[in-house]
Amino acid sequence: MIALFFRDLKLSVRAGGGTMIGVLFFMTVVAVVPFGVGPDLNLLSRIGPAMLWIGALLASLLGLDRLFQAEREDGSLDLLLMQETPLLMTVFVKCAAHWAATGLPLVIASPLLGLFMNMNELAIGATMLTLLAGTPAITFIGAVGAAVAVALPRGGLLVSILVLPLAIPVLIFGVSAVYAAIEDPAPFLPPFMILMAITLFFAVIGPVAAAAALRHSAD
Amino acid sequence: MRLLAEGLSARRGEDLIFNDISFALGAGEALVVTGPNGSGKSTLLRVLAGLLRAESGRLRIEGGPAEIAHPYELSHYLGHRNAMKQELTVRENLSFWQRFMGDSPGGSGIDVAAAAEAVGLAGITHLPFGYLSAGQQRRMAMAKLLAAYRPIWLLDEPTAALDAGADKLFAALVTAHLERGGILIAATHQPLGLGSTQSLQMKGFTH
Repeated sequence: MIALFFRDLKLSVRAGGGTMIGVLFFMTVVAVVPFGVGPDLNLLSRIGPAMLWIGALLASLLGLDRLFQAEREDGSLDLLLMQETPLLMTVFVKCAAHWAATGLPLVIASPLLGLFMNMNELAIGATMLTLLAGTPAITFIGAVGAAVAVALPRGGLLVSILVLPLAIPVLIFGVSAVYAAIEDPAPFLPPFMILMAITLFFAVIGPVAAAAALRHSAD
Repeated sequence: MRLLAEGLSARRGEDLIFNDISFALGAGEALVVTGPNGSGKSTLLRVLAGLLRAESGRLRIEGGPAEIAHPYELSHYLGHRNAMKQELTVRENLSFWQRFMGDSPGGSGIDVAAAAEAVGLAGITHLPFGYLSAGQQRRMAMAKLLAAYRPIWLLDEPTAALDAGADKLFAALVTAHLERGGILIAATHQPLGLGSTQSLQMKGFTH
Protein backbone atom coordinates (compact mmCIF):
# COMPACT_ATOMS: atom_id res chain seq x y z
CA MET A 1 0.00 0.00 0.00
CA ILE A 2 2.85 2.37 0.85
CA ALA A 3 4.43 1.33 -2.44
CA LEU A 4 1.27 2.41 -4.27
CA PHE A 5 1.21 5.75 -2.46
CA PHE A 6 4.78 6.62 -3.40
CA ARG A 7 4.42 5.36 -6.96
CA ASP A 8 1.40 7.61 -7.54
CA LEU A 9 3.21 10.51 -5.92
CA LYS A 10 6.21 10.00 -8.20
CA LEU A 11 3.97 9.78 -11.25
CA SER A 12 2.26 13.08 -10.46
CA VAL A 13 5.51 14.91 -9.84
CA ARG A 14 7.27 13.62 -12.98
CA ALA A 15 6.77 15.11 -16.43
CA GLY A 16 3.14 15.06 -17.51
CA GLY A 17 1.90 14.70 -13.93
CA GLY A 18 -0.85 16.81 -12.42
CA THR A 19 0.94 18.67 -9.61
CA MET A 20 2.30 21.69 -11.45
CA ILE A 21 -0.68 21.95 -13.76
CA GLY A 22 -3.09 22.20 -10.85
CA VAL A 23 -1.07 24.88 -9.07
CA LEU A 24 -0.59 26.88 -12.28
CA PHE A 25 -4.31 26.73 -13.03
CA PHE A 26 -5.10 27.85 -9.47
CA MET A 27 -2.71 30.79 -9.87
CA THR A 28 -4.18 31.74 -13.23
CA VAL A 29 -7.76 31.78 -11.96
CA VAL A 30 -6.95 33.82 -8.87
CA ALA A 31 -4.54 36.18 -10.62
CA VAL A 32 -7.15 37.06 -13.24
CA VAL A 33 -9.78 38.12 -10.68
CA PRO A 34 -8.21 41.50 -9.73
CA PHE A 35 -8.09 42.44 -13.41
CA GLY A 36 -11.74 41.58 -13.76
CA VAL A 37 -13.17 43.31 -10.70
CA GLY A 38 -10.88 46.34 -10.78
CA PRO A 39 -8.38 47.77 -8.28
CA ASP A 40 -10.81 48.22 -5.38
CA LEU A 41 -8.74 46.82 -2.48
CA ASN A 42 -11.67 46.59 -0.07
CA LEU A 43 -13.75 44.66 -2.55
CA LEU A 44 -10.84 42.33 -3.29
CA SER A 45 -10.21 41.53 0.34
CA ARG A 46 -13.92 40.93 0.80
CA ILE A 47 -14.27 38.45 -2.08
CA GLY A 48 -10.73 37.04 -1.64
CA PRO A 49 -11.55 33.92 0.42
CA ALA A 50 -14.40 32.97 -1.91
CA MET A 51 -12.19 33.41 -4.98
CA LEU A 52 -9.42 31.30 -3.45
CA TRP A 53 -11.92 28.57 -2.67
CA ILE A 54 -13.45 28.61 -6.15
CA GLY A 55 -9.98 28.54 -7.71
CA ALA A 56 -8.93 25.62 -5.51
CA LEU A 57 -12.14 23.72 -6.27
CA LEU A 58 -11.71 24.08 -10.03
CA ALA A 59 -8.00 23.28 -9.87
CA SER A 60 -8.58 20.11 -7.90
CA LEU A 61 -11.19 18.95 -10.41
CA LEU A 62 -8.67 19.36 -13.20
CA GLY A 63 -6.60 16.19 -12.88
CA LEU A 64 -9.24 13.94 -11.37
CA ASP A 65 -10.35 12.18 -14.53
CA ARG A 66 -6.89 10.62 -14.95
CA LEU A 67 -7.01 9.00 -11.51
CA PHE A 68 -8.17 5.62 -12.83
CA GLN A 69 -8.14 6.20 -16.57
CA ALA A 70 -4.35 6.24 -16.76
CA GLU A 71 -4.30 2.93 -14.89
CA ARG A 72 -6.83 1.44 -17.23
CA GLU A 73 -5.03 2.50 -20.39
CA ASP A 74 -1.82 0.68 -19.55
CA GLY A 75 -3.51 -2.37 -18.03
CA SER A 76 -2.48 -1.67 -14.42
CA LEU A 77 -6.12 -1.45 -13.35
CA ASP A 78 -6.60 -5.15 -14.13
CA LEU A 79 -3.83 -6.06 -11.73
CA LEU A 80 -5.07 -3.65 -9.06
CA LEU A 81 -8.50 -5.33 -9.26
CA MET A 82 -7.06 -8.83 -8.94
CA GLN A 83 -5.21 -8.45 -5.66
CA GLU A 84 -6.05 -9.92 -2.31
CA THR A 85 -5.95 -6.44 -0.73
CA PRO A 86 -9.47 -5.00 -0.71
CA LEU A 87 -10.10 -2.70 -3.66
CA LEU A 88 -11.50 -0.22 -1.15
CA MET A 89 -8.05 0.24 0.39
CA THR A 90 -6.41 0.56 -3.00
CA VAL A 91 -8.84 3.31 -3.98
CA PHE A 92 -8.37 5.07 -0.64
CA VAL A 93 -4.59 5.06 -0.97
CA LYS A 94 -4.80 6.30 -4.55
CA CYS A 95 -7.02 9.16 -3.37
CA ALA A 96 -4.61 10.00 -0.57
CA ALA A 97 -1.69 10.08 -2.99
CA HIS A 98 -3.69 12.17 -5.45
CA TRP A 99 -4.54 14.66 -2.73
CA ALA A 100 -0.95 14.83 -1.50
CA ALA A 101 0.23 15.48 -5.04
CA THR A 102 -2.44 17.93 -6.22
CA GLY A 103 -4.47 19.14 -3.21
CA LEU A 104 -1.67 19.85 -0.79
CA PRO A 105 0.28 22.11 -3.21
CA LEU A 106 -2.89 24.20 -3.60
CA VAL A 107 -3.09 24.63 0.17
CA ILE A 108 0.58 25.63 0.25
CA ALA A 109 0.18 28.08 -2.64
CA SER A 110 -2.93 29.72 -1.17
CA PRO A 111 -1.16 32.24 1.20
CA LEU A 112 0.76 33.70 -1.73
CA LEU A 113 -2.41 34.07 -3.74
CA GLY A 114 -4.14 35.52 -0.68
CA LEU A 115 -1.70 38.43 -0.94
CA PHE A 116 -2.90 39.04 -4.51
CA MET A 117 -6.37 39.47 -3.08
CA ASN A 118 -5.31 41.91 -0.33
CA MET A 119 -6.35 39.53 2.44
CA ASN A 120 -5.08 40.02 6.01
CA GLU A 121 -3.17 37.39 8.02
CA LEU A 122 -6.25 36.06 9.77
CA ALA A 123 -8.16 35.60 6.52
CA ILE A 124 -5.17 33.90 4.88
CA GLY A 125 -4.71 31.59 7.85
CA ALA A 126 -8.40 30.69 7.95
CA THR A 127 -8.47 30.05 4.20
CA MET A 128 -5.44 27.77 4.43
CA LEU A 129 -6.96 25.84 7.31
CA THR A 130 -10.31 25.37 5.60
CA LEU A 131 -8.64 24.36 2.34
CA LEU A 132 -6.57 21.82 4.25
CA ALA A 133 -9.73 20.37 5.80
CA GLY A 134 -11.93 20.64 2.71
CA THR A 135 -9.89 19.69 -0.36
CA PRO A 136 -9.58 15.98 0.61
CA ALA A 137 -13.38 15.79 0.36
CA ILE A 138 -13.20 17.03 -3.25
CA THR A 139 -10.69 14.27 -4.07
CA PHE A 140 -12.86 11.56 -2.51
CA ILE A 141 -15.99 12.79 -4.29
CA GLY A 142 -14.00 13.07 -7.50
CA ALA A 143 -12.78 9.49 -7.21
CA VAL A 144 -16.39 8.32 -7.60
CA GLY A 145 -16.82 10.39 -10.77
CA ALA A 146 -13.47 9.20 -12.08
CA ALA A 147 -14.41 5.57 -11.45
CA VAL A 148 -17.80 5.94 -13.16
CA ALA A 149 -16.23 7.59 -16.22
CA VAL A 150 -13.18 5.33 -16.33
CA ALA A 151 -14.15 3.58 -19.55
CA LEU A 152 -15.16 6.74 -21.40
CA PRO A 153 -12.70 8.46 -23.67
CA ARG A 154 -12.75 12.21 -22.94
CA GLY A 155 -14.51 11.63 -19.65
CA GLY A 156 -12.82 14.70 -18.15
CA LEU A 157 -15.66 17.15 -18.49
CA LEU A 158 -18.17 14.51 -17.51
CA VAL A 159 -16.26 13.87 -14.29
CA SER A 160 -16.36 17.57 -13.44
CA ILE A 161 -20.08 17.77 -14.10
CA LEU A 162 -20.79 14.65 -12.03
CA VAL A 163 -18.65 15.85 -9.18
CA LEU A 164 -19.46 19.54 -8.98
CA PRO A 165 -22.96 19.30 -7.44
CA LEU A 166 -21.63 17.06 -4.66
CA ALA A 167 -18.70 19.40 -4.07
CA ILE A 168 -20.93 22.46 -3.59
CA PRO A 169 -21.50 21.81 0.15
CA VAL A 170 -17.74 21.68 0.63
CA LEU A 171 -17.45 25.09 -1.02
CA ILE A 172 -20.33 26.58 0.98
CA PHE A 173 -19.05 25.46 4.38
CA GLY A 174 -15.43 26.18 3.52
CA VAL A 175 -16.16 29.77 2.53
CA SER A 176 -18.61 30.38 5.37
CA ALA A 177 -16.04 29.14 7.90
CA VAL A 178 -13.51 31.64 6.57
CA TYR A 179 -16.01 34.51 6.75
CA ALA A 180 -16.96 33.42 10.26
CA ALA A 181 -13.31 33.69 11.26
CA ILE A 182 -12.85 37.23 9.94
CA GLU A 183 -16.25 38.73 10.76
CA ASP A 184 -16.85 38.90 14.45
CA PRO A 185 -20.40 37.87 15.33
CA ALA A 186 -20.49 34.53 13.52
CA PRO A 187 -18.75 31.61 15.27
CA PHE A 188 -15.99 29.85 13.34
CA LEU A 189 -16.29 26.38 14.76
CA PRO A 190 -19.74 25.18 13.61
CA PRO A 191 -19.17 25.59 9.86
CA PHE A 192 -15.61 24.28 10.22
CA MET A 193 -16.82 21.19 12.08
CA ILE A 194 -19.41 20.56 9.37
CA LEU A 195 -16.66 20.92 6.75
CA MET A 196 -14.58 18.30 8.54
CA ALA A 197 -17.62 16.07 8.89
CA ILE A 198 -18.19 16.29 5.13
CA THR A 199 -14.58 15.29 4.51
CA LEU A 200 -14.79 12.31 6.87
CA PHE A 201 -18.13 11.27 5.41
CA PHE A 202 -16.81 11.25 1.86
CA ALA A 203 -13.56 9.58 2.95
CA VAL A 204 -15.76 6.58 3.80
CA ILE A 205 -18.46 6.78 1.11
CA GLY A 206 -16.16 7.81 -1.77
CA PRO A 207 -13.85 4.76 -1.84
CA VAL A 208 -16.80 2.37 -1.38
CA ALA A 209 -18.69 3.87 -4.32
CA ALA A 210 -15.58 4.17 -6.49
CA ALA A 211 -14.58 0.55 -5.81
CA ALA A 212 -18.09 -0.63 -6.75
CA ALA A 213 -18.00 1.43 -9.96
CA LEU A 214 -14.57 0.04 -10.89
CA ARG A 215 -15.70 -3.54 -10.34
CA HIS A 216 -18.59 -3.02 -12.73
CA SER A 217 -16.61 -1.15 -15.33
CA ALA A 218 -14.50 -4.20 -16.12
CA ASP A 219 -15.04 -5.52 -19.63
CA MET B 1 -3.16 -27.83 -5.81
CA ARG B 2 -5.65 -28.13 -8.64
CA LEU B 3 -7.47 -25.45 -10.63
CA LEU B 4 -10.92 -26.57 -11.73
CA ALA B 5 -13.25 -24.86 -14.16
CA GLU B 6 -16.72 -26.30 -14.49
CA GLY B 7 -19.10 -25.34 -17.29
CA LEU B 8 -17.86 -21.79 -17.76
CA SER B 9 -19.67 -19.58 -20.22
CA ALA B 10 -19.43 -15.86 -20.90
CA ARG B 11 -21.39 -13.30 -22.81
CA ARG B 12 -20.12 -10.72 -25.25
CA GLY B 13 -23.03 -8.45 -26.13
CA GLU B 14 -26.13 -10.58 -26.74
CA ASP B 15 -24.57 -13.94 -27.52
CA LEU B 16 -22.52 -16.41 -25.57
CA ILE B 17 -18.97 -16.23 -26.86
CA PHE B 18 -18.20 -19.59 -25.31
CA ASN B 19 -20.28 -22.13 -23.52
CA ASP B 20 -19.61 -24.97 -21.14
CA ILE B 21 -15.83 -24.82 -20.91
CA SER B 22 -14.46 -27.25 -18.35
CA PHE B 23 -10.93 -28.23 -17.51
CA ALA B 24 -8.84 -29.39 -14.59
CA LEU B 25 -5.20 -28.50 -14.17
CA GLY B 26 -2.91 -29.94 -11.53
CA ALA B 27 0.41 -28.60 -10.34
CA GLY B 28 2.93 -28.46 -13.17
CA GLU B 29 0.33 -28.65 -15.93
CA ALA B 30 -0.25 -26.20 -18.74
CA LEU B 31 -3.27 -25.41 -20.87
CA VAL B 32 -2.81 -23.78 -24.24
CA VAL B 33 -5.89 -22.03 -25.59
CA THR B 34 -6.00 -21.69 -29.37
CA GLY B 35 -8.53 -20.52 -31.89
CA PRO B 36 -9.11 -17.86 -34.53
CA ASN B 37 -9.34 -14.13 -33.75
CA GLY B 38 -12.50 -13.28 -31.89
CA SER B 39 -13.11 -16.81 -30.71
CA GLY B 40 -13.06 -15.83 -27.05
CA LYS B 41 -9.53 -16.65 -25.92
CA SER B 42 -8.96 -13.31 -24.25
CA THR B 43 -12.46 -13.34 -22.81
CA LEU B 44 -11.81 -16.74 -21.25
CA LEU B 45 -8.59 -15.49 -19.68
CA ARG B 46 -10.32 -12.38 -18.33
CA VAL B 47 -13.02 -14.58 -16.81
CA LEU B 48 -10.33 -16.72 -15.20
CA ALA B 49 -8.64 -13.57 -13.88
CA GLY B 50 -11.91 -12.43 -12.30
CA LEU B 51 -12.06 -9.35 -14.50
CA LEU B 52 -15.23 -10.45 -16.29
CA ARG B 53 -18.18 -12.17 -14.73
CA ALA B 54 -18.89 -15.64 -16.01
CA GLU B 55 -22.44 -16.11 -17.24
CA SER B 56 -22.54 -19.54 -15.68
CA GLY B 57 -20.19 -22.13 -14.30
CA ARG B 58 -17.65 -21.94 -11.59
CA LEU B 59 -13.96 -21.75 -11.00
CA ARG B 60 -12.30 -23.12 -7.92
CA ILE B 61 -9.07 -24.18 -6.35
CA GLU B 62 -8.71 -27.58 -4.76
CA GLY B 63 -6.06 -28.03 -2.10
CA GLY B 64 -4.87 -24.46 -2.18
CA PRO B 65 -4.19 -22.12 0.75
CA ALA B 66 -7.24 -21.78 2.96
CA GLU B 67 -7.34 -17.98 3.15
CA ILE B 68 -7.75 -17.52 -0.61
CA ALA B 69 -11.26 -16.44 -1.56
CA HIS B 70 -10.93 -16.55 -5.36
CA PRO B 71 -8.45 -18.30 -7.65
CA TYR B 72 -7.51 -14.95 -9.23
CA GLU B 73 -5.79 -13.95 -6.01
CA LEU B 74 -3.27 -16.69 -6.78
CA SER B 75 -2.88 -15.63 -10.41
CA HIS B 76 -0.66 -13.47 -12.51
CA TYR B 77 -2.45 -11.96 -15.48
CA LEU B 78 -0.42 -10.73 -18.42
CA GLY B 79 -2.82 -9.17 -20.90
CA HIS B 80 -2.25 -7.31 -24.14
CA ARG B 81 -1.10 -4.30 -22.20
CA ASN B 82 1.96 -4.50 -20.03
CA ALA B 83 0.69 -2.75 -16.86
CA MET B 84 3.89 -0.74 -16.57
CA LYS B 85 4.18 3.05 -16.33
CA GLN B 86 6.05 4.77 -19.15
CA GLU B 87 7.29 7.57 -16.89
CA LEU B 88 8.87 5.36 -14.24
CA THR B 89 12.10 3.44 -14.67
CA VAL B 90 11.99 -0.30 -15.17
CA ARG B 91 13.32 -0.88 -11.67
CA GLU B 92 10.69 1.39 -10.11
CA ASN B 93 7.96 -0.40 -12.06
CA LEU B 94 9.12 -3.88 -11.12
CA SER B 95 9.77 -3.12 -7.47
CA PHE B 96 6.38 -1.42 -7.20
CA TRP B 97 4.56 -4.52 -8.44
CA GLN B 98 6.76 -6.73 -6.29
CA ARG B 99 5.91 -4.79 -3.14
CA PHE B 100 2.28 -4.15 -4.02
CA MET B 101 1.40 -7.71 -5.06
CA GLY B 102 3.46 -9.54 -2.46
CA ASP B 103 4.00 -13.27 -2.69
CA SER B 104 1.34 -15.96 -2.63
CA PRO B 105 1.79 -18.58 0.07
CA GLY B 106 4.18 -21.34 -0.91
CA GLY B 107 6.82 -19.42 -2.80
CA SER B 108 8.73 -16.20 -3.09
CA GLY B 109 9.55 -13.88 -5.94
CA ILE B 110 13.09 -13.19 -7.01
CA ASP B 111 14.95 -9.92 -6.72
CA VAL B 112 14.17 -7.23 -9.33
CA ALA B 113 17.68 -7.26 -10.77
CA ALA B 114 17.62 -11.05 -10.99
CA ALA B 115 14.21 -10.94 -12.69
CA ALA B 116 15.52 -8.52 -15.31
CA GLU B 117 18.51 -10.77 -15.85
CA ALA B 118 16.23 -13.78 -16.26
CA VAL B 119 14.53 -12.09 -19.22
CA GLY B 120 17.93 -11.16 -20.65
CA LEU B 121 17.77 -7.41 -20.03
CA ALA B 122 19.97 -6.94 -16.99
CA GLY B 123 21.71 -3.71 -17.93
CA ILE B 124 18.79 -1.41 -18.62
CA THR B 125 16.70 -1.32 -15.45
CA HIS B 126 17.64 2.33 -14.85
CA LEU B 127 15.90 3.48 -18.07
CA PRO B 128 12.33 4.79 -18.12
CA PHE B 129 10.01 2.03 -19.30
CA GLY B 130 8.81 4.22 -22.19
CA TYR B 131 12.31 4.25 -23.72
CA LEU B 132 12.31 0.50 -24.35
CA SER B 133 11.30 -1.13 -27.62
CA ALA B 134 8.03 -3.07 -27.85
CA GLY B 135 9.81 -6.41 -27.48
CA GLN B 136 11.87 -5.23 -24.53
CA GLN B 137 8.75 -3.87 -22.86
CA ARG B 138 7.08 -7.25 -23.27
CA ARG B 139 10.07 -9.00 -21.75
CA MET B 140 10.10 -6.62 -18.79
CA ALA B 141 6.38 -7.30 -18.30
CA MET B 142 7.35 -10.98 -18.04
CA ALA B 143 10.00 -10.12 -15.46
CA LYS B 144 7.03 -9.00 -13.35
CA LEU B 145 5.83 -12.63 -13.30
CA LEU B 146 9.07 -13.60 -11.60
CA ALA B 147 9.35 -10.66 -9.21
CA ALA B 148 6.18 -11.59 -7.32
CA TYR B 149 5.32 -15.25 -6.82
CA ARG B 150 1.99 -16.54 -8.06
CA PRO B 151 1.34 -20.23 -8.69
CA ILE B 152 -1.05 -19.60 -11.60
CA TRP B 153 0.00 -17.68 -14.70
CA LEU B 154 -2.66 -16.43 -17.12
CA LEU B 155 -0.92 -15.20 -20.25
CA ASP B 156 -2.66 -13.61 -23.20
CA GLU B 157 -0.58 -13.74 -26.39
CA PRO B 158 2.62 -13.69 -24.34
CA THR B 159 5.01 -14.02 -27.25
CA ALA B 160 3.60 -11.28 -29.49
CA ALA B 161 6.41 -8.83 -30.40
CA LEU B 162 9.14 -11.23 -29.26
CA ASP B 163 12.07 -12.35 -31.43
CA ALA B 164 13.12 -15.98 -31.81
CA GLY B 165 15.72 -15.78 -29.02
CA ALA B 166 13.22 -14.33 -26.60
CA ASP B 167 10.74 -17.05 -27.57
CA LYS B 168 13.21 -19.68 -26.35
CA LEU B 169 13.93 -17.68 -23.22
CA PHE B 170 10.21 -17.47 -22.54
CA ALA B 171 9.77 -21.21 -23.05
CA ALA B 172 12.56 -21.78 -20.50
CA LEU B 173 10.88 -19.46 -17.98
CA VAL B 174 7.57 -21.23 -18.37
CA THR B 175 9.16 -24.67 -18.11
CA ALA B 176 10.91 -23.62 -14.90
CA HIS B 177 7.59 -22.32 -13.55
CA LEU B 178 5.85 -25.62 -14.33
CA GLU B 179 8.67 -27.64 -12.79
CA ARG B 180 8.23 -25.72 -9.55
CA GLY B 181 4.61 -26.88 -9.51
CA GLY B 182 3.05 -23.86 -11.18
CA ILE B 183 0.02 -23.80 -13.45
CA LEU B 184 -0.03 -22.07 -16.81
CA ILE B 185 -2.93 -21.04 -19.02
CA ALA B 186 -1.88 -19.27 -22.19
CA ALA B 187 -3.82 -18.03 -25.18
CA THR B 188 -1.67 -18.02 -28.26
CA HIS B 189 -1.36 -18.47 -32.01
CA GLN B 190 2.26 -19.52 -31.96
CA PRO B 191 3.60 -22.73 -30.46
CA LEU B 192 5.16 -21.94 -27.09
CA GLY B 193 7.83 -24.62 -27.28
CA LEU B 194 6.53 -26.48 -24.25
CA GLY B 195 6.52 -30.23 -23.80
CA SER B 196 3.26 -31.93 -23.00
CA THR B 197 0.34 -29.59 -22.54
CA GLN B 198 -3.41 -29.80 -22.58
CA SER B 199 -5.03 -27.81 -25.29
CA LEU B 200 -8.36 -26.13 -25.71
CA GLN B 201 -9.70 -25.11 -29.10
CA MET B 202 -12.03 -22.12 -29.03
CA LYS B 203 -14.64 -21.93 -31.76
CA GLY B 204 -16.33 -18.58 -31.34
CA PHE B 205 -19.94 -17.57 -30.89
CA THR B 206 -22.47 -20.20 -30.00
CA HIS B 207 -26.08 -19.35 -30.57
